[in-house]
Amino acid sequence: MSVSVQEADFDAGAEIAALSAGRDDVGAVASFVGLVRADKQTEKVGADNTAPVQAMTLEHYPGMTEKALDAIVAGARGRWELQGVRVIHRVGRLVPGDRIVFVAVASAHRGEAFAACEFIMDYLKTRAPFWKKEETAAGGRWVDARESDDHAAGRWESGSD
Amino acid sequence: MTVKVLFFAGLREALGTGSEALALPAGIATVGALRDHLAARGQAWAALASMKNLRVAVNQRMVGLDAALKAGDEVAFFPPVTGG
Repeated sequence: MSVSVQEADFDAGAEIAALSAGRDDVGAVASFVGLVRADKQTEKVGADNTAPVQAMTLEHYPGMTEKALDAIVAGARGRWELQGVRVIHRVGRLVPGDRIVFVAVASAHRGEAFAACEFIMDYLKTRAPFWKKEETAAGGRWVDARESDDHAAGRWESGSD
Repeated sequence: MTVKVLFFAGLREALGTGSEALALPAGIATVGALRDHLAARGQAWAALASMKNLRVAVNQRMVGLDAALKAGDEVAFFPPVTGG
């Protein structure tokens, strides 16, 4: 079970430990935890709309989400020699400080682990069907996709990793 | 032929529906033709044609507007994704 989409929180430490439990060939585990930030300024709605985020709701496309994440993990495994991968993405309503996403990669050496962790996050941002809706004092608003995320994923396709 | 059409996120809210089973008129054989057929309903539906970054998945795989449709397909329209 390398990919989970769930409402429940996760224990990053336990997930990291599980990747190397009972084996002696793992030399590196790189991990990433994404959190809900309160200070995000809403974009493209005028200078007056800078209310802090009070909560956000994550919607997803059940079925496709898991397939997309599996495909991203398979892509990482095709590029690097990996010993274990764990991806958890939460859905539902979250508040600032809550964990949203977890990615951890185990490999023999740190280079593969760092690179694969970043690769998975970059593709998750652009290929996995999740959508965030922010709640502020001014109301609800769907988050716009960012071009910088497309660029981040695109660099893995240029062969310059 | 009949397909299942899904909408997500801001598009779902704007259209007021998340899914429908749709019997396609003859001649609608691609995702792009389906998109235009739905957009022709007018009002909020017109957004399907004007959205610059509309994304489409057929049977849970991202495709382009030129992708062919067959009976029983699950076709999802949605804005660019914003997870992570």
